[in-house]
Amino acid sequence: MITGAAKKGISMIEFFNALMDPDNEFLRLALMVGLLASLSFGIIGTYIITRRISYIAGAISHCVFGGIGAGLYLRYRVGWTWIDPMHGALAAALLAAVIIGLVSLYARQREDTVIGALWAVGMAAGLLFIDLTPGYFNLASYLFGDILLISKSDLWMVLVLDGVVVTLAVYFYNTLLGVCFDHEFARLRGVQVGPFYILLLCLTALTVVLLVRVVGIVMVVAMLTLPAAVAGQFARRLWHMMILAIFFCMAFTWAGLSISYSYGLSSGPTIIMVAGATYLLVLVGRKIPLRRRQR
Amino acid sequence: MSSQPDIEIKNLTFSYDTVPVLEDVNLKVAHGEFATIVGPNGGGKTTLLKLLLGLLKPVHGKIEVLGSSPEKARLQVGYMPQHADLDPQFPITVMDVVLLGRLGRRFGGRYSKKDRQLASEALEEVQLGHTARMPFSRLSGGQKQRVLIARALCCDPEMLLLDEPTANIDPEVEETLLAILQALNRRMTILLVSHDMGFVSRVVKSVICVNRRVFIHPTSQMDGTLIKDVYGSDYCMVRHDHRCSEEGHFHD
Repeated sequence: MITGAAKKGISMIEFFNALMDPDNEFLRLALMVGLLASLSFGIIGTYIITRRISYIAGAISHCVFGGIGAGLYLRYRVGWTWIDPMHGALAAALLAAVIIGLVSLYARQREDTVIGALWAVGMAAGLLFIDLTPGYFNLASYLFGDILLISKSDLWMVLVLDGVVVTLAVYFYNTLLGVCFDHEFARLRGVQVGPFYILLLCLTALTVVLLVRVVGIVMVVAMLTLPAAVAGQFARRLWHMMILAIFFCMAFTWAGLSISYSYGLSSGPTIIMVAGATYLLVLVGRKIPLRRRQR
Repeated sequence: MSSQPDIEIKNLTFSYDTVPVLEDVNLKVAHGEFATIVGPNGGGKTTLLKLLLGLLKPVHGKIEVLGSSPEKARLQVGYMPQHADLDPQFPITVMDVVLLGRLGRRFGGRYSKKDRQLASEALEEVQLGHTARMPFSRLSGGQKQRVLIARALCCDPEMLLLDEPTANIDPEVEETLLAILQALNRRMTILLVSHDMGFVSRVVKSVICVNRRVFIHPTSQMDGTLIKDVYGSDYCMVRHDHRCSEEGHFHD
């Protein structure tokens, strides 16, 4: 019998060999997209965790399904062949971000109702659009992600998005820190809190669209929050947390992909399980020494 | 003292919906004043503070702060919220918190060397220079409150507005805080909201009592009577917003 460690060792080597195999272009592409996208995931995930808006990311991701449905409908029913479902996804995500941002800025009390409504309506709109569109579509790849279906054009999308997110996050770091930590005080210092909040939500929307390619609509929130949550257990400053979150995100993607390849499992759920298991272990691990210290 | 008051409110009425929270408010706060805002819960203390900061707009009447509108004046006002309003788990160091007082001076939000120096000085002033690199979450309630005062000082203010600086603070920590505020009062006007009359009566120069009109909220009448008993007969309980002492001296 092979022990767990040895088995893991073999699967790692297998994964390396598979990466080197010239026929496995798709695997290299998947890994590259996953690792590069981790930059955005870590940075935006950190903002989402510290500003406590993971439910907004959830709502945006479910609206993305409506956008994908609309994209498919316009392409196959209306005949706009230049439209890709991902264009619809992008438009729907940004629209949802702006709506939620405006509602939370100008109608504070009803924010959660609107978020819940957008969440369900986005999903329903997507399903109805697909009902109205002739042909069969593999919905599972949108819902649960399929990193192995990633194409070269996705790689470009990831690079552009990384560029936008990293530039804005670095340039406006102090301002976004102020808005996330104490938005009222930031406003009193003359910071345009509203536009910055909407900017943050739009960056979240862009990141969500990328995440949909990697782990799917249903699991977006987990992949945005888990690496940052693990990082939050160790970080003392926001940018430490971002860098750690990027690192954990890359590690989860790498480990999840290699396990899913070796055992023939779906990539999205495997990545999420690795992330979830790590989070649990870190939480448990942090609890034990704490108790000792208290004695 | 300059002739122009730091705060001037004329015939102010404010309501969130139809029920007025503040009504017929007339108030003048002179430069160099050290005043406390007291009153029952729901009496409108926080509302008054937010109006002074321009976070709320009056329904009727006029507010002038430092000779201009609250929105314009707010950059010259240092505001300290209650630390309990902030996320206790946020990954941020003490220095990062204080530096937020320098936010909004440059478009991207970068800090200069001078900003960092001012932040260090402000932190020294509240006697917490040694905590600069510590996570904000590790500090005690009293320390956090002092860090937030340092952040307000870092704004280079002409006036300080403090929201319950003594809430959830031990008596000996309160002494430290009191001494710091007294020293600061030599160069700026200070207004603070307080529940704690012991704290207030020893340091402040005057008291601003804030309460809604009794007939709107019957429970506030009870509170009002209680507060009157606690403060003694030389404090007047008011239905509207009102300075309790025109000359503004309440030493022991």
